[in-house]
Amino acid sequence: MELQLKGITKQFPGVLANDDVTLTARSGKVLALIGENGAGKSTLMNVLSGLYHPDAGEIIIDGQVQKFDDPGDAIKAGIGMVHQHFMLVPVFSVWENVVLGIEPTRAGGVLSRKEARREVKEISERFGLAVDPDVLVEDIPVGIQQRVEIIKVLLRGAKILVFDEPTAVLTPQEVEEFFGIVAELKGRGATIIFITHKLKEALAIADDITVLRGGKVVGHADPATATPEDLAAMMVGRDIELVVEKSEAEPGAGVLELADVTMLDDYGRALLKDISFSVRAGEIVGVAGIQGNGQTELVEAITGLLPISRGRITFEGKDITRYSPRDRHTAGIAHVPEDRNHMGMIGSFSVAENLVLDSYYAQPFSRGIRLQGDVIRDSAEALVEQFDVRPPIISNTGGALSGGNAQKMIVAREFSRDVPLVVCAQPTRGIDVGSIEYIHEQIVKKRDEGKAILIVSTELDEIFALSDRILVMYDGRIVAELKASEATPTEVGLYMAGRAA
Amino acid sequence: MSLTSPDGKTTIEPDDSGWATFFRRLTTATDWKTGLVIPALAVLTALIIGAIIIMLTGSSLQETLQAYWALLEGSVGSLRAISATLTEATPLILTGLSVAIAFRAGLFNIGGEGQLLIGGMTAVLVGFSFTGLPWFIHLPMAVAAGFLGGAVWGFVPGFLKAKTGAHEVIVTIMMNYIAIYLTGYLLKTALFQREGRNDPISKNVEESAQLPKLLGWFDSAMRVHLGLIIALIAVVLVWWLLFRTTTGFEFRAVGANSHAARYAGMSVTKVYILVMVIAGGLAGLAGGGQVLGVLDRASPGFSAGLGFDGISVALLGRSNPFGVVAAALLFGGLTAGGQNMQATANVGIDLVSVIQALIIIFVAAPALIGAIYRVKTDASSTQISQGWSS
Repeated sequence: MELQLKGITKQFPGVLANDDVTLTARSGKVLALIGENGAGKSTLMNVLSGLYHPDAGEIIIDGQVQKFDDPGDAIKAGIGMVHQHFMLVPVFSVWENVVLGIEPTRAGGVLSRKEARREVKEISERFGLAVDPDVLVEDIPVGIQQRVEIIKVLLRGAKILVFDEPTAVLTPQEVEEFFGIVAELKGRGATIIFITHKLKEALAIADDITVLRGGKVVGHADPATATPEDLAAMMVGRDIELVVEKSEAEPGAGVLELADVTMLDDYGRALLKDISFSVRAGEIVGVAGIQGNGQTELVEAITGLLPISRGRITFEGKDITRYSPRDRHTAGIAHVPEDRNHMGMIGSFSVAENLVLDSYYAQPFSRGIRLQGDVIRDSAEALVEQFDVRPPIISNTGGALSGGNAQKMIVAREFSRDVPLVVCAQPTRGIDVGSIEYIHEQIVKKRDEGKAILIVSTELDEIFALSDRILVMYDGRIVAELKASEATPTEVGLYMAGRAA
Repeated sequence: MSLTSPDGKTTIEPDDSGWATFFRRLTTATDWKTGLVIPALAVLTALIIGAIIIMLTGSSLQETLQAYWALLEGSVGSLRAISATLTEATPLILTGLSVAIAFRAGLFNIGGEGQLLIGGMTAVLVGFSFTGLPWFIHLPMAVAAGFLGGAVWGFVPGFLKAKTGAHEVIVTIMMNYIAIYLTGYLLKTALFQREGRNDPISKNVEESAQLPKLLGWFDSAMRVHLGLIIALIAVVLVWWLLFRTTTGFEFRAVGANSHAARYAGMSVTKVYILVMVIAGGLAGLAGGGQVLGVLDRASPGFSAGLGFDGISVALLGRSNPFGVVAAALLFGGLTAGGQNMQATANVGIDLVSVIQALIIIFVAAPALIGAIYRVKTDASSTQISQGWSS
């Protein structure tokens, strides 16, 4: 089926999320839709799936103008969405998840298990997905779970498949397999829309590339001839510097030291296994790894948010293993958390309040229990100016800021503290390129002031751009320690996949 | 739950339980539209439906208008009416504050009723147990006892929540039952029961512990008492605590995003305990005000649902201390006016409960109001944007 969007426009209060978007996805082809966060990709997909009603424009499938009142209409028209975050019930089996909502029934509404299993098995085999219908979803790896999502939409008769950031949670090997599945679907005439911000993947898999910026289509590219640099420039509207200027590190004394740190979960499974490393003053240590290999736990162990089961954490010679998060904060650890909205800020608090979120209790922001409003406001005014938070209105809520500016606000709060150690988890996840550049500069500047810096990132490019030393995490362990100047992305990638260990 | 806003950025709602999210959105809206317009329209709509109900029971339009006129007269029509409204509003301000401050910290205090009962009992105990004390010692002692009694009753669910994760809604409801039966029992013990009485009724509060009538010198029928001033001071103090102190900053942070609060080094357990102690204390103060200012004694059921009405008041007042005052005045006025309406217009005071219930339904379901008056509301817009995170 051929899908055409013509002049799709969607206005939200204060934001023109889609502005006259026109594009075509052809049968048996992969259309990659690329753009930064906030470029309007999600809105467009929500329009396509019937969740939003466009203010103007048409959705045309095989020449027929469609009108979607709700997601059910879009599914009926043959559009299937595979979301970045899977919508599966972990304690249900694969087939139960697949038929959920469209269960085949016998007379009297009794679930026909046999029929359901057969349908699931048949689709799995027809498309070469190799999924066992009887295993529980919680027992299968993420890559297979994604295939369950694909079977779900295929069973509902989808001919147009939309993948939203499908590779974000996959290992490199799973990405390869995923590309194989896409090729198979494509060979059978499916129309595929692939939403991503990973330029290399778009180039590898797509037949057409459409670039969105600020809600508008700013260009199309032919993957056969385009380069990542071309696409990046189109996405951000200017030529960008993906490399961070920095000099050789001059590491000083050890600041943070982990010795045999082990963390077990409630069931006794190891989340962190015997982790030992140190971070010295004046160096940036980058922790690479695919999401979910213990990086989150590592950061929370260092910052005191999760208790460790064994081992010792030393900070500037003091044993801080049993320190509370507050004690570690006062001792001199700054923390840019992984999840900006969930942890790093409070959306309903003002920018000024967010800027003192973890230092409100200390002088000069409070005296006794009295908050010093004037001091908080003056400091906030200075910080939004210094760290280029836009718009620089400190009475706005934090939730009203764009991702990049919210992150700059958090960086402003943490980096403005003159402390020996800064822990940054995913410091630039999902933010615009301009903000990424800015935050990277700040990180390097902090290093050059002689601070110890620990960066955790799933983006290899970021690890290589910033790190002086690279640690690779796999399955809760540090599987490699490499000098950044000597390591290659391929080498690190192999360690990340757990293959070279 | 994850919400995607128009620009594609994802906001993760922190609390895990659905109704916590619901109440947070409902009670802490800061923009004027959801803060003022929706409650005002809710009141208007409830009054219109109330009128329809009166007419359905066989009254003519004229009689209906007369009933509403009596309602208005009985609440603000005379100085006496205003005094009655203020008297009814006084405990509601305090129980409303009690629920509101807990809301702000993300807790749903259903236990106002029990806290009020216990606070009333401790206040009455101090009120009758000491004789010969000057009022400026005795009265503050009795008022403080009311606060402390409620605070103890609030501490229990706060502590259990903090240390064991026991849901405060369940625990506060159970604590209400304990308080109701404990009150019934205590009132028949020698310590509380009035000499020569067989029914459960307490000794009378000494005059030195009674809250003086503010307008008694002018007209002895005016019952508005010093408790109103105490309640208004509590309003200012709660506002100051919430918005001007580190403690309030912690309360609000834990209520808005407990994960971020923990990240920021705050002790979520400390906040849970402290806020429930304060919430309980405020409800206890309401109980103290009733026995020291209005009833002069305690008898079973003297709480009269005031603790539960506090939930409605906090909802309508959007958990804002000053909003709570406005909501309490409205509910107090409806109650005072309802008595007048019953007496003069032959429409039962039950109608007032119906109107109050309708107001709360409309405040709790802003989309309804939005649909009726074509106002865009918070809830309807978040409804649409609930979808896929980018």
